[in-house]
Amino acid sequence: MATVAASPTYTASATPQRSRLMSWLTTTDHKVIGTLYLHTSLFFFVLGGLEALLIRWQLMRPNSVVLTADQYNQLFTMHGTTMVFLAIMPLSAAFFNYLIPLQIGARDVAFPRLNAFSYWIFLLGGVFITLPIFFWVAPDGGWFGYAPLSGRTYSPGPNMDFWVLGLQILGISSLAASFNFATTIINMRAPGMNLMRMPMFTWMSFVTQFLIILSFPVITIALVFLQFDRFFGTTFYQISAGADPLLWQHLFWIFGHPEVYILILPAFGLVSEVLPTNSRKPLFGYPVMAYSGILIGFLGFGVWAHHMFAVGMGPIADTVFGLTTMLIAIPTGVKIFNWIFTMWGGSIRFTAAMKFAIALIAMFVIGGISGITHASPPSDLQQTDTYYIVAHFHYVLFGGAILGIFAGIYHYFPKMYGRTMNETLGTWHFWLNFIAMNLTFFPMHFAGMLGMPRRIYTYDAGQGWELFNMMSTMGAFLLAPATLIFIYNFFRSKKHGEPCGPNPWDAPTLEWSIPSPPPEYNFAKIPMVTSRYPLWDLTHPERTAEIPHTQTGWTEATQQTGEHDMAPMHIETETRTAKELGIPMPSSTIKPFFVALGIVLMFSGLLFLPKGMKVPAFALMFGGTAMWVGYLYAWLTTPLEDHH
Amino acid sequence: MSASADAAHGHHYTTTGLDNRKIAIWAFIGSECMLFASLISTYLIYKGKSLVGPFPHTPWTDPSSGKVFPAILNIPVTSASTFVLLMSSLAMVLALSAVENRGKPLPPGAGAWDKALTSSKLWLWMTCLLGAGFLAFQAYEFTSFVHEGLTIRRNLFGSSFFTLTGFHGAHVTAGVIWLGSLLAIDYKRGLQPSDALAVDLAALYWHFVDVVWIAIFTLLYLIPG
Repeated sequence: MATVAASPTYTASATPQRSRLMSWLTTTDHKVIGTLYLHTSLFFFVLGGLEALLIRWQLMRPNSVVLTADQYNQLFTMHGTTMVFLAIMPLSAAFFNYLIPLQIGARDVAFPRLNAFSYWIFLLGGVFITLPIFFWVAPDGGWFGYAPLSGRTYSPGPNMDFWVLGLQILGISSLAASFNFATTIINMRAPGMNLMRMPMFTWMSFVTQFLIILSFPVITIALVFLQFDRFFGTTFYQISAGADPLLWQHLFWIFGHPEVYILILPAFGLVSEVLPTNSRKPLFGYPVMAYSGILIGFLGFGVWAHHMFAVGMGPIADTVFGLTTMLIAIPTGVKIFNWIFTMWGGSIRFTAAMKFAIALIAMFVIGGISGITHASPPSDLQQTDTYYIVAHFHYVLFGGAILGIFAGIYHYFPKMYGRTMNETLGTWHFWLNFIAMNLTFFPMHFAGMLGMPRRIYTYDAGQGWELFNMMSTMGAFLLAPATLIFIYNFFRSKKHGEPCGPNPWDAPTLEWSIPSPPPEYNFAKIPMVTSRYPLWDLTHPERTAEIPHTQTGWTEATQQTGEHDMAPMHIETETRTAKELGIPMPSSTIKPFFVALGIVLMFSGLLFLPKGMKVPAFALMFGGTAMWVGYLYAWLTTPLEDHH
Repeated sequence: MSASADAAHGHHYTTTGLDNRKIAIWAFIGSECMLFASLISTYLIYKGKSLVGPFPHTPWTDPSSGKVFPAILNIPVTSASTFVLLMSSLAMVLALSAVENRGKPLPPGAGAWDKALTSSKLWLWMTCLLGAGFLAFQAYEFTSFVHEGLTIRRNLFGSSFFTLTGFHGAHVTAGVIWLGSLLAIDYKRGLQPSDALAVDLAALYWHFVDVVWIAIFTLLYLIPG
């Protein structure tokens, strides 16, 4: 395995040295895959941010000519698509990968090779959908791609082909990963770690996996219809053939609303780790936190049509969807209060992570309250398609998901690299980012209330929008240096950060009981836990005195395996390699990469069909299919682990 | 999929005591439910909305040419193919049972039928052939529909019908390939009771594809309108 930084605490593995690129291409280690996800999605986050800067530059003044209308359409489409599918989702996936096995006391995910496949097909799909922006042929139909506008009649060029096929490819990645993580959480928990003892991040990730499992197939089908319409002339979205113009909107938002919770729940999970650790108190109302996460996920499937109040669904549908939407505020509010009560009476330590976590609570409340205002259909009719909506969802996605992810990065960086990020730079990043995001997004409420529509590439002077647009643009240009500070801190700290021990924050959960960075096998002895905060049981028993302690599940576990591989909760100090300890590890393999590449080549072939270029089209489709089928066969007939 | 692929994982401790693959296939089937639910819903939403024929249950006269297109769906033929597919599920159950019970002595007085029940090769062959038979019916159905003037581009009925049943057919095809590889392993080294999980996974998938067909057959073919 390739450790990403010199470890201060344990000796690197003695597996044969490969080049760094080859070690990445062939890795099956969830920690390496997690850091690959982290770096890739940070890259896409910066790219999506640059797209936003161009958008804000164009909108800074009325009748601006920085961008053409067509370029503007491509930029706002790719900004949304990039941030949703290539930045926030994979940033969450970085934490799923890195943390879930560590938090539940497992040595890897359930299917390590499938995990590598998920990453590679995400990366290749991300490149596929991103490349066209550099040639101004990028998707231009919005991240929601409303059909029939995204059909061949109204979007004749290759732009939306890239979008349809790119999202299909990225969907494969998300689905494969969700089966993997759901199985990991259900089936690979350490003895004693029953569901109600899982760390809250793992809980929220668990809910997220179910949202992905159940919502992604719906957009897959919506995209299949669009793909068939565009490439094979079917009639799913052809109004002239009698198609329903709302079919796409319904299918898209049945996926799209759960998607919103797919973006936010992992961030909620991260701050639920940061807040108790830095308040030096158990999480307030743990069971209710878990239940409200489940309830948010469940209700998330019943609110999709609140994105469609303006299409005229009638009073009954409007009422039902308005009510279910308001209902979601209850479990979300429960979470907000429980975080506040977690801090109440605690001995708070304001680390950079803690500042971001507290900011999430405040910013998400603003986004949540503006959300309630358009849960009501009559009010929504005033707000829909205006900048008020843009303000709302940036408060929940930037103020919620991104702030939570920053909190997670500052908090877990020491676990990943054995060094802490610079706290001074972190504080600068925090305040600059906090001021800039409010300067960017708060004025959008006013611009929207004054009637400024979304998705327009320019506007006339004299409508009262100039000041608010200027403020938003200034804010956006302040977000750039804030992000630069973060990026600088991130890369500098990997090499020069303060070396830290296994548990720099004095945290309560299993991932902090092992060295930083963890050895390839994570746990030399699988810990047998007796409570929700196994590490505090050892280090701060007074903090967990009021929580029940039992040895549930220990007997079954020892009966299954014999006891040699497990030990009651302990702090790991093992520095030997997996080989020396005799722990079987999945062998590295390039096959998942080639399966992913084959699938992407197969989809690429379709791009040539509308141009009548049959030879490259069929060559890519058949070549790609042969590649992924062949490598999949080789993958399935090779054992996961070397024989020893 | 292959029995040996993750065998080394077998001795690892799991929380439920079940193999990881068993959990994953259920998660996958849950996802597939939403996939087919989306396809079937679209078909039902578009039922009766096509502007031009041919139609599934009623004849249609082309106003420009006066040509009469009969109702497209051939329910007797599809009933036969449905029966074939359902029988494949029975064969699948017997194949799994044969693998699970391989090596167990037959009860005294066992006849030829009891002997046949213990042959996993026989029942895997049966499942594959019945699955392939269903696909042959579907190929016949698709070609005859095209001859009668219904293509995937013709109208909303054609688009939603061919896409839905085509997706189902693709799932059956994948299943036949999966079962075919199990059969290949059976010929190569004999499927043992320790391989039962590998067969069980294929069986779960196969039964799921059958259950989906029951929904499709009822909603598309049997309910007129």
